[in-house]
Amino acid sequence: MSVIIILLIISISIAAVFLAAFLWSVKTGQFEDDFSPASRILFDDKTKPTN
Amino acid sequence: MTKQNQPTDYGHPVQLRTEHFYYDNSIVRAFGMATVIFGIVGMLAGLWAAIQIYYPQASLGLAPTTFGRMRPLHTNAIIFAFVGNASFAGIYYSLQRLCKSRLFSDKLSWIHFWGWQAIIAAAAITLLMGKTTGKEYAELEWPIDIAITLVWVIFGINMFGTIFKRREKHLYVAIWFYIATWVTVAMLHIVNSFEIPVSFMKSYSWYAGVQDALVQWWYGHNAVAFFLTTPVLGLMYYYLPKAANRPVYSYRLSIIHFWALIFIYIWAGPHHLLYTALPDWAQSLGVVFSVMLIAPSWGGMLNGLFTLRGAWDKVREDPVLKFMVVAITCYGMATFEGPLLSLKSVNAISHFSDWTIAHVHIGGLGWNGFMAFAILYYMVPKMWGTSLYSKKLATNHFWLGTIGIVIYAVPLYWAGFEQSIMWKSFTPEGQLKFQFLDTVNSIKPFYILRSIGGSLYLVGAFFMVYNLYKTMKAGSFVPNEPAEAMPLIKIKSEQKEYWHRIIERKPATLLVLSLIVVAIGGFIELVPTFLIKSNVPTITSVKPYTPLELQGRDIYIREGCYTCHSQMVRPFRDEVARYGEYSKAGEFVYDHPFQWGSKRTGPDLAREGGKYPDSWHYNHMYDPGTMSPGSIMPAYAWLLENRLDTASTPAKIRAMQKLGVPYADGYAQNANSDLMQQADSITAGLKKDKINTASDKEIVALIAYLQRIGRDIKGEQNSTAAQLNK
Ligand code: HEC
Repeated sequence: MSVIIILLIISISIAAVFLAAFLWSVKTGQFEDDFSPASRILFDDKTKPTN
Repeated sequence: MTKQNQPTDYGHPVQLRTEHFYYDNSIVRAFGMATVIFGIVGMLAGLWAAIQIYYPQASLGLAPTTFGRMRPLHTNAIIFAFVGNASFAGIYYSLQRLCKSRLFSDKLSWIHFWGWQAIIAAAAITLLMGKTTGKEYAELEWPIDIAITLVWVIFGINMFGTIFKRREKHLYVAIWFYIATWVTVAMLHIVNSFEIPVSFMKSYSWYAGVQDALVQWWYGHNAVAFFLTTPVLGLMYYYLPKAANRPVYSYRLSIIHFWALIFIYIWAGPHHLLYTALPDWAQSLGVVFSVMLIAPSWGGMLNGLFTLRGAWDKVREDPVLKFMVVAITCYGMATFEGPLLSLKSVNAISHFSDWTIAHVHIGGLGWNGFMAFAILYYMVPKMWGTSLYSKKLATNHFWLGTIGIVIYAVPLYWAGFEQSIMWKSFTPEGQLKFQFLDTVNSIKPFYILRSIGGSLYLVGAFFMVYNLYKTMKAGSFVPNEPAEAMPLIKIKSEQKEYWHRIIERKPATLLVLSLIVVAIGGFIELVPTFLIKSNVPTITSVKPYTPLELQGRDIYIREGCYTCHSQMVRPFRDEVARYGEYSKAGEFVYDHPFQWGSKRTGPDLAREGGKYPDSWHYNHMYDPGTMSPGSIMPAYAWLLENRLDTASTPAKIRAMQKLGVPYADGYAQNANSDLMQQADSITAGLKKDKINTASDKEIVALIAYLQRIGRDIKGEQNSTAAQLNK
């Protein structure tokens, strides 16, 4: 069953990658504001094409 | 580094002008068109396969269209062509708008598009030709696997490039889902596709038996998680708020949902292998994480549904929202049922039955299909600068689809449960109550109902094609949509930059680097030594396949017999009574790839060897109905005609040797003479039963294989029994 070890290594590496991404995002303040991002996506269709 | 020193762009003097740029709608249109086309193709393939289950003649007696080849075509078309293209369309549309930037490179976008469509075309052709690795949802052969890897990298560069170019500092939660999709699918695909090429379109899995099964279902489960779930959740978090024109219920919950989901999902794979020869602790790990998954999954579902709180009047009006509500509800049902099916007691009944098929179609038809329809109905009017041609038609599509799902799923749940209970029934005298074929015949009506449900769903999809076509006609396509935004200011930190800070600044660099390190480091060093060493046979009577059996096994794989037959007797009273001794891990050490299967439309074959005479198999393969009246197994008449390709034998033996199968040195050269000898003895035996066939026909090899399956361990039992009796 040694393949389990390989899968564990890979799964843990993936988890580590995501952990790093998570830490990065917290440090850079990605999640400091958990209100405006949700609303902001609603206001992007300003320049409407004329046809 | 402390919080206060964090560089932010707020509070700095800004003297930048608004930038004007264009969103690329052409690429979205291309992926959208492909979604529609391959959706229809994939559903037609599914319907065709579904009809063959109760009316095998529907295959027209042609090899390419038999169930064993149609089914992989259906699953691959739906997963990679329909949902894949829909995700790409949805991601490319939303990513540009979320990043306030055109896609990184038009050229890469188009390479991605054409590359993916070429892969789909190659997949369709090779699968119908029977070129398959025999591993579910990873059937495509090695050259296509390599192409997938390349196109996936292109997609990654294009996506991360766009994220770097973004004019919006915050990465909206949908983007996180897209990133997770890319990273994890890349890893899964590479790991599971480790195979040793034998010829241009033939390879053997690097792993064998239990190991292969574990890798395969680790992949299979995570393919569901990261190809069918995370990208579509990302789409939900963009398109649902947009369509409802209100922010997502809780942005905080969406973030927690995301991180919890990706950290838990990856461990749940072994729940596909409960009660198999997989070690118990690995099975338990899979169960525990599967049950935990319910929390983030339902977090996502509730977040979606609550977004519509106070907006239900809009749902009544807008077909886009209608589709989404049902999609999200189906997601909730499927993710509730999934953990349930992971419980061992439930799995004992559901596994190998149609219950699983019903379960995946709640996800496939409900969640994936309806989300794809919703985003198409959303994007097409927007990109053609008009409104939907007919809301009424879309609503009809919605109802046809919804009723179709119900008529599809309910009978199949019933069928799965009923058949499984019948399998497990004993008479008061302790005999199995039902023959396998009895259980098949009792659920045929449900199979018919299921295909009716599927047809309704498909008709609904045709409504959509017409509706979208009319919408496109009415509007005029905007290939480049003007947009404007302030540029993102990048401020250099005055602080001394530590190396990890630099890497952290570039999430993509970090992700890619880690990926490469793990992939190369882990595999090239560990895989061969580890795996081959651990394939040392633990059961001495288990021997490698003879060359003829090996060729027969490859025919078994080519014809997709594993789509209907399992080769895994679980340690239950009824299975042992019906099939024989339960399966042991040590029996499969030479099985590259494993062929345990996941569905018993036909009986388990793990103990098939020696059960019937060769002539029975000969007649049964020619026309199953003659030996098993009322059988729904397809006829394989062409196996009686086709000549066995013996030229491939030496290469196959050599490949197996590389994987650690202990054939004697230089055996590759002599393999064919052994092969002919064994074939001659089989034909001689057939002749005694008044069947005349040449030794070089494929049927002879297949019979050799069928008569070998599960036999080695029988020798072991006899010898241990003999020893005990001494
Ligand atoms: C559409 C599903 C389906 C496919 C595909 C299929 N079978 Fe079957 N098979 C069945 C069913 C149902 C039965 C039980 C009825 C019967 O004996 O024909 C069966 C029975 C058998 C049996 C007899 C098992 C026993 O112990 O009674 C063998 C052997 C067999 N199949 C071999 C094959 C091989 C080899 C292939 C691929 C070339 C194949 N089957 C493909 C459905 C299928």
